Amino acid sequence: MTDDTLRTDGGTATFTARLRRNVEQMTIEDAGLYVVLLLAAGFYLVPIESGLVTSIKTGTAIVETAPFAPPGPSGFTLEKWQAAVEALLRGMGNSMLYAVPATVISAFVGSITAYGLTIPDWKQSYKALVLALIIAGIFIPYQAVLVPLTQFWSQWAQLTDLLSFVWALGIPNDYVGIVELVVTHVAYGIPICTLLFRTYYKTMSEEMIESARLDGATLRRVYRRIVFPLSGPMFAVVLIYQFTQIWNDLLFTLVLVSTESSPAAPVVLILAGLGTSLEGQDFALRMAGAFFAALPTLAVYIFFGDEFAEGVAA
Amino acid sequence: MSNFYQRVRRAITPSSGDEQRVDGDEGERDGVRTDGGVVNEDSRSSGSESGVLDRLAAGIDGRLGSDFLESSIFWVPPFLLMGLFVYGAVIWNFLISLTDYQRFANAPDYSNLDFEMYTRALADSGFIDAAVNTFILLVAFTAGTLAVGLILAILIDRGIRFENSFRTIYLLPMSLSFVVTAQFWLWIYNYNNGIANRVIGLVGVGPISWLGNQAIVLWAVIFALMWQFSGYAMVVYLAGLRAIPDEHYEAAQVDGASTLKMYWRVIIPQLKGATISAAVVLMVFGMKAFDFLYSLVGGYRPPNGADILATKMVREAYANLNWAYGAAIAIVLFAMALGVIGPYLVYEYRRNNL
Repeated sequence: MTDDTLRTDGGTATFTARLRRNVEQMTIEDAGLYVVLLLAAGFYLVPIESGLVTSIKTGTAIVETAPFAPPGPSGFTLEKWQAAVEALLRGMGNSMLYAVPATVISAFVGSITAYGLTIPDWKQSYKALVLALIIAGIFIPYQAVLVPLTQFWSQWAQLTDLLSFVWALGIPNDYVGIVELVVTHVAYGIPICTLLFRTYYKTMSEEMIESARLDGATLRRVYRRIVFPLSGPMFAVVLIYQFTQIWNDLLFTLVLVSTESSPAAPVVLILAGLGTSLEGQDFALRMAGAFFAALPTLAVYIFFGDEFAEGVAA
Repeated sequence: MSNFYQRVRRAITPSSGDEQRVDGDEGERDGVRTDGGVVNEDSRSSGSESGVLDRLAAGIDGRLGSDFLESSIFWVPPFLLMGLFVYGAVIWNFLISLTDYQRFANAPDYSNLDFEMYTRALADSGFIDAAVNTFILLVAFTAGTLAVGLILAILIDRGIRFENSFRTIYLLPMSLSFVVTAQFWLWIYNYNNGIANRVIGLVGVGPISWLGNQAIVLWAVIFALMWQFSGYAMVVYLAGLRAIPDEHYEAAQVDGASTLKMYWRVIIPQLKGATISAAVVLMVFGMKAFDFLYSLVGGYRPPNGADILATKMVREAYANLNWAYGAAIAIVLFAMALGVIGPYLVYEYRRNNL
């Protein structure tokens, strides 16, 4: 009984659950359920756990202990973490340089696009058409735009020349790749950001906006005074989602920055080639690097897990 | 003349309002707002009656809705930027695929267009293999991930304790990038020390060279991708399950259906919407498996037997510098994506879900 009351606080599906559960079978079925759920949790955690313990093992401990077992005191070392941090730190900085601005800009642009296509009053069927064209952009395989993208940035929009005053300050001109990445990620981020904000604005209360409009407020004013201040929760979702996506993306960095030896190389690019040499693969170094590179997204996930789940489900 | 536009406008708006009112509250909202627009419109045109621009604006507004012009500042620039980078680039890519662009030339030569690259693709056994692998990967990965996600969602929906903790754990791999998870799975599939061989060793099988055996490697990759994304399918299904009214469970119980039968006959059919939207998103993730395969080997050439169109396209263009051939492969990949996305968008458009 107490069990059930506790559960009522937690889940919304308790009523159905109680109904569905046969009273006599309760304990056996419950036990089985939890065993299955725990096994599944193990399945999801073991690859990550084994990576973590491997990253702190010495070369001999890797061969001698089981891949998921923690190292003994003699087999413990932080050497690989040190090496990984050393190799990846500049990449982290470079990734931040484009991931943060691109995330903020694309979230804001998505918000105003969704606003213009949801709240103002114009023909519903045309709105839906524009939206369909935008939403289709979410599902484009990026391979289909890579060659033109390379052409565009290398032949048409020659930012290297335009930004020559920046290179004069002593910044390596490889950093033009960072600027290109910001613009590219914003452009390809517009569809998903618009869709997320659109689902949110559709449910927004209309009375306030209508009365503001009747009082003669312009659309810009309505956005600034009413819609934008109310968009907070969705901004959280979009910012988290976009940051994870942009931070994790490899394809565009590979094409626009291209070499991991470049001073502007993002962290994913360096990580992809880390710990591979002619003598074989240094797994401990690879694991340590993987964790280090994942730290920002893991932090976002741990601190904003619920918003992340919301963004993913949307 | 401006009177005429206003009359036309008045004549159009109530009727369009009426049309939409049929759809329920959506229409009602539009109807109310239309009135607000008319008030604005009157005050504006009385200010400058003879302005041609104003009349034009009134005409456009009359045809498209009272806020069309004023709202365009919000969505037109982003729409153009995105249209240029998505649709413009795809069309450009198609043009490039018709040229013979390769090696170190700065730009393609557009004067001589033909379908040579596509015939070359059909004659290339590597391309056929990659296309088949892409198809297998998409279908098996999507179906498998949906099945695992559905089972997890049903289990979690049974009113368990620590629901949030379980959900968080199942979704955790999704927060990691392909580059990171590829490192984990490379270690798991390691021939000498990997967990995969330890586990099958328990039942006396193996060891197996997971990434070296051409017949197995693709399935090993699919399994890893399923690990990463089944949490996503679970979240989508969980939302779908929560939307089903309690009465449906009750009714099935009253009819004396077994739990299994209840889910199969009553609950799962109602998850059609969730299945479709999850499947579309998963296919998109599947097409991005490039990142995973690239990181697995740290280079353009994935393990033998696991080459997909996405990896072949990038390899042809950026490693072999066969730009036009890469573009042609990209168009095939794009067509495959369109085959999935097109019907989905039409389906959502018809259901007024956009």
